[in-house]
Amino acid sequence: MSVAVTPGTTSASPLPPEEAKRSPLELVAWGVGVFLLVSLVRVLTDANDVISAGTLQASVVAAIPIALAGLGGIWSERAGVVNIGLEGMMVLGALGAGYFGYEYGIAAGVIGGVALGAAGAAVHSLATVVFGVDHIVSGVAINIMAPGLAAYLAKALFTDLPGGGPTQSPPFGNPPTITIDAIADPAKDLQDKHWFVLSDLASIVAALTRELSVLTLIALALIVATAWILWKTGFGLRLRSVGESPSAAESLGVNVYRFKTIGVLASGMLAGLGGAYLACVSAQGYQNGMVNGLGYIGLAAMIFGNWRPGLMLAGATLFGYTRTLQLRGGSDSLHALLLVIAVLLIVYAVLLLRGGRRTQAIVTVLLGAGFLLWFITTDSVPPEFTGMAPYVTTLFVLAFLSQSLRPPKADGQIYRKGSAG
Amino acid sequence: MVLLRRIGLGLAAPVLALVIAAVLSSLLLLSTGDDVSGFWETLFTAPKDRNVINILNYGSLLYMSGIAAAIGFRMNLFNIGVNGQYQIGFFAAAVVAGEAWLPGKANTLVAIFAAMLAGALWAGIAGVLRVYRGVSEVISTIMLNAIAGLLVGYLVKQWGISSGVTTGTKPVPKNSWIGGFALFDGVPTELYGLALLAPVLGIAYYVVLNRTRFGFDLRATGSSESAAVAAGVDVRRMVIVTMLLSGMVAGLIGMATLFGSTHNYGSSFQSSIGFAGIAVALLGRNHPIGIAFAALIFAFLQDRSGLLNITAGISPEIIAVTQGIIVLAVVIAYEIVRRYRVTLEQAAVARQVEEVRA
Repeated sequence: MSVAVTPGTTSASPLPPEEAKRSPLELVAWGVGVFLLVSLVRVLTDANDVISAGTLQASVVAAIPIALAGLGGIWSERAGVVNIGLEGMMVLGALGAGYFGYEYGIAAGVIGGVALGAAGAAVHSLATVVFGVDHIVSGVAINIMAPGLAAYLAKALFTDLPGGGPTQSPPFGNPPTITIDAIADPAKDLQDKHWFVLSDLASIVAALTRELSVLTLIALALIVATAWILWKTGFGLRLRSVGESPSAAESLGVNVYRFKTIGVLASGMLAGLGGAYLACVSAQGYQNGMVNGLGYIGLAAMIFGNWRPGLMLAGATLFGYTRTLQLRGGSDSLHALLLVIAVLLIVYAVLLLRGGRRTQAIVTVLLGAGFLLWFITTDSVPPEFTGMAPYVTTLFVLAFLSQSLRPPKADGQIYRKGSAG
Repeated sequence: MVLLRRIGLGLAAPVLALVIAAVLSSLLLLSTGDDVSGFWETLFTAPKDRNVINILNYGSLLYMSGIAAAIGFRMNLFNIGVNGQYQIGFFAAAVVAGEAWLPGKANTLVAIFAAMLAGALWAGIAGVLRVYRGVSEVISTIMLNAIAGLLVGYLVKQWGISSGVTTGTKPVPKNSWIGGFALFDGVPTELYGLALLAPVLGIAYYVVLNRTRFGFDLRATGSSESAAVAAGVDVRRMVIVTMLLSGMVAGLIGMATLFGSTHNYGSSFQSSIGFAGIAVALLGRNHPIGIAFAALIFAFLQDRSGLLNITAGISPEIIAVTQGIIVLAVVIAYEIVRRYRVTLEQAAVARQVEEVRA
């Protein structure tokens, strides 16, 4: 079992470069388009919670851990190591944050989460980089081990603490937040007028100026920093070269093992930070089972984002948003969202048709029609279906957009020093 | 001598892995101030009759789960989705058996067939995506696992019947149950009747893999895809058929419990057997007998975990840690042994070349 498994796609033909690269302008255009559409749907269906400051704020909190896991995935897979263990590393991070956060304060909690995530990653890099174990196997083992370890340690550490229990840490304070009343209050007033577009813009402003956690800002900064480090520095070029063609990199004097290890460790630290975010911002302390598949959703966001930070964040935001709507019990909002999806799919189908991809266009139109029918014939969406959204979206993206996805070429392959020949 | 060394090298890895797992688990216990000697005493006390049956019951489920995973592994297909296929299969069988369109054991048979079909179809999605769209089965089966859980949850809510606090599918009528075997006198716990599926599947796995054209093609594709293509193997077909078979076996995992103890799909559904199967297959090196040992070791540890809290005040979660360490240690140990074996072989060849020259 030492043959590489390439996640994402294994299409034989080299991918057309013009598709792999989308201009930022096009992305912005899509973003604005979606925003206008959602705003229109909100006005038409009266589902005001679709874009309320409350929803958006909760979406940010839901999206950041997913984005951090996805970012971790990018670091690891760009260096050619598949990291299914993100889930387990997040669990460790959450536990670390719970323990150190309670004992030594919030900053120590965040650092502790990062450190425990890194510890999980150290195991993964020992297995995959040093011993050449299959990446999936190692990841699966970590995902078996980490929740057990966390549950075991939680019982040992938290049971006797005041306010704690065998499955959860005592609650402790949240990291500082930023609120700018001068902007947030008028924005809130404007939002409550429920005007087309204007109120929606106000909701976004209000969401970003009220109780914005410092940790959220740090996470966003890390995403920007990753984009810069991996794509604009020599270090990043070397790290990515290790994920594309380790033998070529080694022949140019790059220490393949070192860069793979750095990639995996960074990945674990980010996943650990994601876990810490869960314990410090999303909730009041550690709880068994709080990660509950978010690491896998992070992996999904990474694939959705084509192994790039910007699009990955878009994916994480989308998944966080749907989860939020589900948690807020907004069956109206979810129902309204069906119309948005239907229109988006039909617009996309037209674009596909213009691009000459007829089969895909037909499938997309049929899907769009299906969503439209769903919208018309029902009044609400069962929560399980929104829960499925990230997973189903990923399957569809993989199935229908695989031509425009481009994972690192040597992703998942085992490399032994000196095999460059 | 050569044979002895082969056996020694073959056993070295699992033994090394168990030792590493033992040392690390002990260290973990020490670090939290738990009773290390109590842990080992509990592990090494002979299981009571009742526990032996529990171990065999759980072991048989793990074994089937391990076989399901191993079918894919032999072809380098990572069916991480055994858990989802098992869940879908269990649910499908529970619905069919609960509706009881046919009387008695005919109902049981149809339900088992439904489980195989549902498991195979769920795995087939990943197979089709891989063959026609180039989607890695690792990612698609992870996604399908999550979807399976949510889908079944939704369907149970829609069609299930509520009995007080929990919701589940309709109970299987009594004449469709499969009775168990009382292995020991005076012990009410019985071995599941359908636990016998495990050895049957194990033998079938061995025969199909080693004695049929299909099995040869499967192993050839796993060893070298390009060589298999050159030999005329239709790899696309193999991928789909292998995924279907793997999912079919995964669908069968839950039959022993459905017809032997729970009699419906409800809150007593054991949800992590599919993941444990992956670990068991890895530990047993995809060999039918190896998987049996691995399944029994895991089942034994699982059974002991319940006792740890009572006898030594240790939380049972430690067992999950031990199991995870075993898996990771065993794959690392195999790699070390493999490298050592390659070095030995190279030395032997070098020696022979020297002798010929001299």
